[in-house]
Amino acid sequence: MEVLVALMLGVLTTCGVYLVLRPRTFSVVLGLTMLSHAVNLFLFSMGRLHSNAPAVIGAAQQHADPLPQALVLTAIVISFAMTAFVVVLALRSALELRNDHVDGVDKEEEPI
Amino acid sequence: MAPPGQMAVFPSRNRLLIGSWLTSVRTRFDMTLLLILLLPILFLPAPLVLRHAPRAAVVSALLAPAIIFYLLLQLLPAVLAGQVLLFHYDWIPALGLAVSLRLDALAALFALLISGIGISVIFYAHHYFAGKPDAPRFFAMILGFMMAMLGIVLSENLLFMLVFWEMTSLISFLLIGFYGQKQISRRGARLSLFITGGGGLALLAAILLMGSIVGSFQLSDILAERALLQQHSVFPWILGLFLVGVFTKSAQFPFHLWLPHAMSAPTPVSAYLHSATMVKAGIFLMMRLYPVFSGAEVWFYWVVAIGFMTLLVGSFVAIFMHDMKGLLAYSTISHLGLITLLLGYGSEAALTVAVFHLINHALFKAPLFMMAGSIDKAAGTRDLRQINGLAWHYPWLAVLSFIPTAAMAGLPYLNGYFSKKLFIVESFQSTDSGWLAVLIPALAILGAAFSVGYAIRLFHNTFFNGKPRDIPNWPLPAISGWVYLPLACFAALCLWIGFWPEVLLHQLVQPVVQAAQGNVALTTDFSPYDLAILQQHPWLTTISMLTFAGGLAVYSARKALFAWHAALPTVDAKDIFESRMQWLIARSQQGVHLVENGSLQRYVIYLVLTALVFTSWPLWQLQQWRGELALMPVDAMSAGALILLMVMAISVAVLHRQRLIALLFTGATGLLITVGFARFSAPDLALTQFSVEVMAIFIMMLALSFLPQSSPQEKVRYRAKRDAVVATVAGIGVAVLSFAVMTRPQQSISDYFLANSVPGGGGSNVVNVILVDFRGFDTLGEIAVLAIAALAVFALTRNLRLKGHSPSAEHIDAWHGYAQPYPLILRTLARPLLPMALLVSAYIFLRGHNLPGGGFIAGLITAAALSLQYVACGIRWAQVRMLTQFRPLIGAGLLIAGLTGLGSLLFDHPFLTSWFSYFELPVIGKFELATALLFDLGVYATVVGSTMLILANMGRLMTIHGPGKEIG
Repeated sequence: MEVLVALMLGVLTTCGVYLVLRPRTFSVVLGLTMLSHAVNLFLFSMGRLHSNAPAVIGAAQQHADPLPQALVLTAIVISFAMTAFVVVLALRSALELRNDHVDGVDKEEEPI
Repeated sequence: MAPPGQMAVFPSRNRLLIGSWLTSVRTRFDMTLLLILLLPILFLPAPLVLRHAPRAAVVSALLAPAIIFYLLLQLLPAVLAGQVLLFHYDWIPALGLAVSLRLDALAALFALLISGIGISVIFYAHHYFAGKPDAPRFFAMILGFMMAMLGIVLSENLLFMLVFWEMTSLISFLLIGFYGQKQISRRGARLSLFITGGGGLALLAAILLMGSIVGSFQLSDILAERALLQQHSVFPWILGLFLVGVFTKSAQFPFHLWLPHAMSAPTPVSAYLHSATMVKAGIFLMMRLYPVFSGAEVWFYWVVAIGFMTLLVGSFVAIFMHDMKGLLAYSTISHLGLITLLLGYGSEAALTVAVFHLINHALFKAPLFMMAGSIDKAAGTRDLRQINGLAWHYPWLAVLSFIPTAAMAGLPYLNGYFSKKLFIVESFQSTDSGWLAVLIPALAILGAAFSVGYAIRLFHNTFFNGKPRDIPNWPLPAISGWVYLPLACFAALCLWIGFWPEVLLHQLVQPVVQAAQGNVALTTDFSPYDLAILQQHPWLTTISMLTFAGGLAVYSARKALFAWHAALPTVDAKDIFESRMQWLIARSQQGVHLVENGSLQRYVIYLVLTALVFTSWPLWQLQQWRGELALMPVDAMSAGALILLMVMAISVAVLHRQRLIALLFTGATGLLITVGFARFSAPDLALTQFSVEVMAIFIMMLALSFLPQSSPQEKVRYRAKRDAVVATVAGIGVAVLSFAVMTRPQQSISDYFLANSVPGGGGSNVVNVILVDFRGFDTLGEIAVLAIAALAVFALTRNLRLKGHSPSAEHIDAWHGYAQPYPLILRTLARPLLPMALLVSAYIFLRGHNLPGGGFIAGLITAAALSLQYVACGIRWAQVRMLTQFRPLIGAGLLIAGLTGLGSLLFDHPFLTSWFSYFELPVIGKFELATALLFDLGVYATVVGSTMLILANMGRLMTIHGPGKEIG
């Protein structure tokens, strides 16, 4: 299972990095989402993988590491806030600059 | 050198107080020192505040140095008797940095010069700037400078001293560029900052080396370790760096170049900084650390050689200066060279002469600058080719300038006489046999002759030598009588020392020399310097006559000399420096443009590549990737979900140009991650991820409706391939790294949390207890970030102008064409859903402490339910019925969370300590109340407010009626 999870992390990272490197803001937003998934899962995996061991006292015999979970929980909410912020930033810059290129300049494109 | 690990601990205070050459009898703690240091800065704002009342401004500026002078005079008797006054306060003990002050005779002499000459310069500046608005700014800077200078001379801690050292360089830069609108001022200021600032770095290095060897930056510790330092292998480095530092400050050859260019500063600045005080800071430091360095052979050769070179170059070049201030600047350089040279000799007698001459130079050079400044201001020029025969216009100025000029030339019965003669006598005595015994006295006489030459030129040329030529301000205006007051004071002092040199020598100079040598005890056999030596010396009269004859000869031959000088190619250090600087700036700009060309894509790839390099290197060195933990068995369901997740993610990357499809796949990816969290024992994360994912996709959908629906084909084809390679490598790195970690056993600090969650935090859901209790401060920070992000979204959407994007009539028609804006079924279902969803979120919230749930998740569920109302029924409908404003809700949430934390302070517990107890309630049964619940309520409110603020404000952009007023 660890192999599969590691593979999935690798795929998520690859897609995230590739999309972040694209020239359009929307792709970058998607890429950031992917990357934050990857980062959250990576942090989560630092607590190792556990089956049927929620970190709730009394609910199971063994408990997964609660600390990475707590970290990731806030990280999910913050990455949501950051995604929202980046989305609005992208929207605003696209509307103000009349193109959605990450550099703000796109001479060959027609303004949207 | 001490190993780096030991550098962090400097036993400064203990060593200072207990063991060192200072015994407790001779040291005394005195708060006055701190007052002396701080007085100028306390008075600094006064002249600025009083800038409309020039007299009040000058009086307020004069107060600081006057009080300092008075305080110093009070302390002087004790200090001259050998007492050392100390003040100590540990500032950053880990770095060995302390606010540590020390007043001994040496420091007192300099402090007296700084404050005393400060008084005269401020007084003079008041008249110099009369009628101009510059004076208050000048006074403020001078007071700041005064504090910096006092800091240098009073510091007991060398690092602390360096702070002030750099401060003088900076203020000097500002004062040279006082007339910043002139290019010449700016260039001179830059050159001086470059040289003195560079020297400051060298000095810092020297001090750090000394501190690491000695183990303390306290002066008394360092002075006590002469043998240790001189025998250390890095001593030549320390000495070299130290000398670069002090020579740049004291304008020694070849670093003297900045001083002549500093003359574009207003003349009071030249009189104060560039002749009396700042340029003497280097000399001061050489005297201060004299016990450490003197006697070393390297010290003797370098200091004597550089000092001599400076003396000769300065006095020779001074003759050719047509600019009065330029002449005085080179004269200052030569006198600084003379003092340096004397310090190099290393004998007590030479040191005595050095201190004596330092006082004399300050006393005769300051009035000469004031004279030059007054003439410059009156005549509008200070070119000696134009200024001639002023004795008939300003007879008093001529009389009062004669005394310091004659003192500079070394005429009998003036203070300069003794210092110059003593110097020549010393140069006869300080050398061993051999060719140096002839060369040094010969060069000394040559230098003295030159200095007589430029002194004669300055005086004769200014006040006699025919009539004024082409003076801009003609007829010459009168000079204010007040200017003569400081001039007269200095002249009187020159005469007084000239007639009774013994008083100064014995009362002030000798204690200073002893302090500089490090023997505070006056009981050691110190022979008072005997002026009778002057009478006894056989050739002295002859040499005296020789220097004067030489000086006269040089002056009489001036026409031929000037002609020769004019034929030489002109070399302007400032221009060379500027062109070098321009070249350097152009090169570095090219370099910067190579890296930073404004393309975000390029920056991102640099970032990724850097991260790859730094992480792959240690990863590469791993013996094996797989650790020793047994792998978890694979079950078909999980494997299927994970593979599906990967397919989805890859589809997003491949299909990213079809934006809507890519977005849908992104949403699917997020939902599958939810499944993953649930599968791997993280129910809280699954709940959070699920509710967040819905919101995130929702927001991106909203944004996409304003953006192009597809991305155009990229023009640079190879770039996509390159990025794919980089991204794959990054992915492989992450995969390997996470695999390596996951298969290795873990040493977690979580056992503590698991053990203490119920007894300490009162909750069995450890994740939630960590969030609201153990790491509550983190959570507080995180909800603050969330709130800030929401407010930023609010601000960005606030004035968003949808150029041509407010839905046009055809747009709305198209909309109506394929769907009702608010579908009936959704509308009908959404309304009863709301109370149910609120009930669920209340349940999730309340149980969160003991079972999966909590403020974050409950907040997201509430937000989802509320936003459904917006979607289903329209923004206006929802807004009318929405009773809560979102921004106040965010504020209230943060406030609740923060105040809950502060509440624990009332009960003498640290910030955010939670309290809980169990109660028996009828019907319901055992019931828990915890302050953590209150904190979680704050989290809940912030999450609801932030999420709604983001969603509602984005949503309102695309209402049929166009973006209306902002929401929340």
